[in-house]
Amino acid sequence: MYRYDEFDAQIVKERVDQFRGQVERRLSGEILEDEFKPLRLQNGVYLQLHAYMLRVAIPYGQLNAARMRKLSKIARDYDRGYGHMTTRQNIQYNWVALKDIPDVLEELAEVEMHAIQTSGNCIRNTTSDHFAGATPDEIMDPRPWCEIIRQWSTFHPEFAFLPRKFKIAVNAASHDRAAIRVHDIGLQMIKRGEQVGFEVHVGGGQGRTPIIASMINEFVPEGEILDYLEAVMRVYNRFGRRDNKYKARIKILVTETGPEEFTRLVEEEYAAQQVSEKIALPQEEIDRINAYFAPPAFEDKAETSDAFERAKAADPAFANWTSVNLHPHKVAGYTSVTISLKPIAGLAGDATDSQMAVMAHLAETYGFDDIRVTHAQNVVLPHIALDDLYNVYRELDAAGLATANESLITDMIVCPGLDYCNLANARSIPVGQEIQKVFADPAYEQDIGKLHINISGCINACGHHHVGHIGILGVDRKGEEYYQISLGGRADEKAAVGQIIGKALRHEEVPGAVKTIVDTYRDLRTTKDEKFIEAVERLGVEPFQEAIYAAD
Amino acid sequence: MPLIKDGAEIEDTWTFLEGDNDLPSSGCITLPLDKLIENADALLARNQQIGVRLSPADDPHVLTPYIDRITLIAINFPKYTDGRGYSQAQLLRRRLGYTGELRAVGHVLRDQILYMNRSGFDAYQTSRADLPNVVKALEEYSAFYQPAADGQTSVFSRRHTKA
Repeated sequence: MYRYDEFDAQIVKERVDQFRGQVERRLSGEILEDEFKPLRLQNGVYLQLHAYMLRVAIPYGQLNAARMRKLSKIARDYDRGYGHMTTRQNIQYNWVALKDIPDVLEELAEVEMHAIQTSGNCIRNTTSDHFAGATPDEIMDPRPWCEIIRQWSTFHPEFAFLPRKFKIAVNAASHDRAAIRVHDIGLQMIKRGEQVGFEVHVGGGQGRTPIIASMINEFVPEGEILDYLEAVMRVYNRFGRRDNKYKARIKILVTETGPEEFTRLVEEEYAAQQVSEKIALPQEEIDRINAYFAPPAFEDKAETSDAFERAKAADPAFANWTSVNLHPHKVAGYTSVTISLKPIAGLAGDATDSQMAVMAHLAETYGFDDIRVTHAQNVVLPHIALDDLYNVYRELDAAGLATANESLITDMIVCPGLDYCNLANARSIPVGQEIQKVFADPAYEQDIGKLHINISGCINACGHHHVGHIGILGVDRKGEEYYQISLGGRADEKAAVGQIIGKALRHEEVPGAVKTIVDTYRDLRTTKDEKFIEAVERLGVEPFQEAIYAAD
Repeated sequence: MPLIKDGAEIEDTWTFLEGDNDLPSSGCITLPLDKLIENADALLARNQQIGVRLSPADDPHVLTPYIDRITLIAINFPKYTDGRGYSQAQLLRRRLGYTGELRAVGHVLRDQILYMNRSGFDAYQTSRADLPNVVKALEEYSAFYQPAADGQTSVFSRRHTKA
């Protein structure tokens, strides 16, 4: 994991002092709320339905035990005992008092954390693959470049007042777990011979206008990527629309300009950069940051573990959990564990202060002090020895953290919805919980296999409904909540926007409709190996439409 | 409205000419970009200081032929949330080599001034921040990750420069 040097520590300290001053000036009335807004927003402070919300940055989802313990302490001391993991791999606190926020930021700084640029029209937290550094299907670890991008984008003086927020994701595996094609900029790391570089995708996004990104450059060598990003950002800052908030994201600029012309503008800007304008990132600096992400000291182990096999034979619940929540590791005898924050009828993505403490303890005891937050709102322990897995499981189970549903139908992405958010048109959490109840039988759920349901309570799509295999969007019809269902969306390397299948349904009709869709899939799949999303791609949406709306 | 430059409040000796007024033949005048271009030959032939005021959508590259003759470029921020002026400033300083006064005008707030300074501005016309506050705003950070127009060495480089 990256550790701050004196510069990083100084910058974060100066930010805490600066924000303390800004809050004091706001509380004294010296600055108006309208002028305070961008200042608090660039520090992750939102005014929500009930209170201020503080969003803390977790760069590329990376935590360790000390950071997780601090997040636990903040939940206990300043909030109501829990935190909410977000689809941006961050954590949000919903009940923090404005006057306390400078103190929270000071506590965060003690563990090398901050809330810088977690909101506002600036470059947000860079996100990545939550299995980075552990998964066998990556060509390299993407985290060093996420860290370099984090530093470059922090307080960038030219790009602090963009037309709209800006999100960058980096992936280095063959399977895209970072959803790069639905980001403002998505970077896929590739190698040409020994040369490391990036495929650059621009203009993806969700919200009101879901768009899959256009690839504007097949290969930018790693040493040039920051300069290339500066060119993309400058074109966006100068030419992105500012007349309409809903047309201000870079995806609209790319679409309205046309991907070819947009690419030409970027290439023209890039070619015009003079030597004196280049960032000139020293190779020693790339090497320095890479060194922080050297693999931990794995032991030589066999592929299989007797202790693990014995425990599975003795404890069926453990065996079941391991069949669902593990991801292969690049080192023999190790695995990556997903801790699901989606218990049946729970609050998706929420963790209590004591659960956070348990996760910290496990990472420290068994997991090389490494913890990740995923964009699906779960937590990962990326490096666990199979020999230790049963111990890990028992502690998780005791803390209510052993739900066996990773990537299954009850592992949904759900936005806070009308229960918390002042943008929402409809509730999301209860709908998700009611669907979960339909699929609560593990045998039924596992028979269905991998299936992502994503739920948003409004058109802003924080619940990523456009890219859910089944997407559910809450809409308001004359004061009543209705839900629009779409099928076939996905956020990976085959990214696609889901297709709406018919008229919106009433709240109470949604769980039944989802069950009809799922049972239709089970009837029509060629074999059990054909996943839901593959069946939808083969069959189109018609058989599902017919099954739901035939009675009309 | 107070004008702050180089850590001091100074008198504004420039007049901004909008509309179809006749151009005075003496004094320091600032014109909108289109008006400057329209009258460039006549104006630049005079022994008079010439300034220009850019609106957010203006392309600074248009100033290339006159860049050595202009002594004031004012960049207008109609709303502080419109950040195009930062790119205009960086282009003027770093690509076009402009060395005269670069003044932020319009909705200029205390907490934007550091970003402005880093982007190449050296003068701020503002009613929303007094001199002590502007000076303080410019001193809030001692290290910057990325190079910009203020000539500061980036943290990326400082880490590898032997003291």
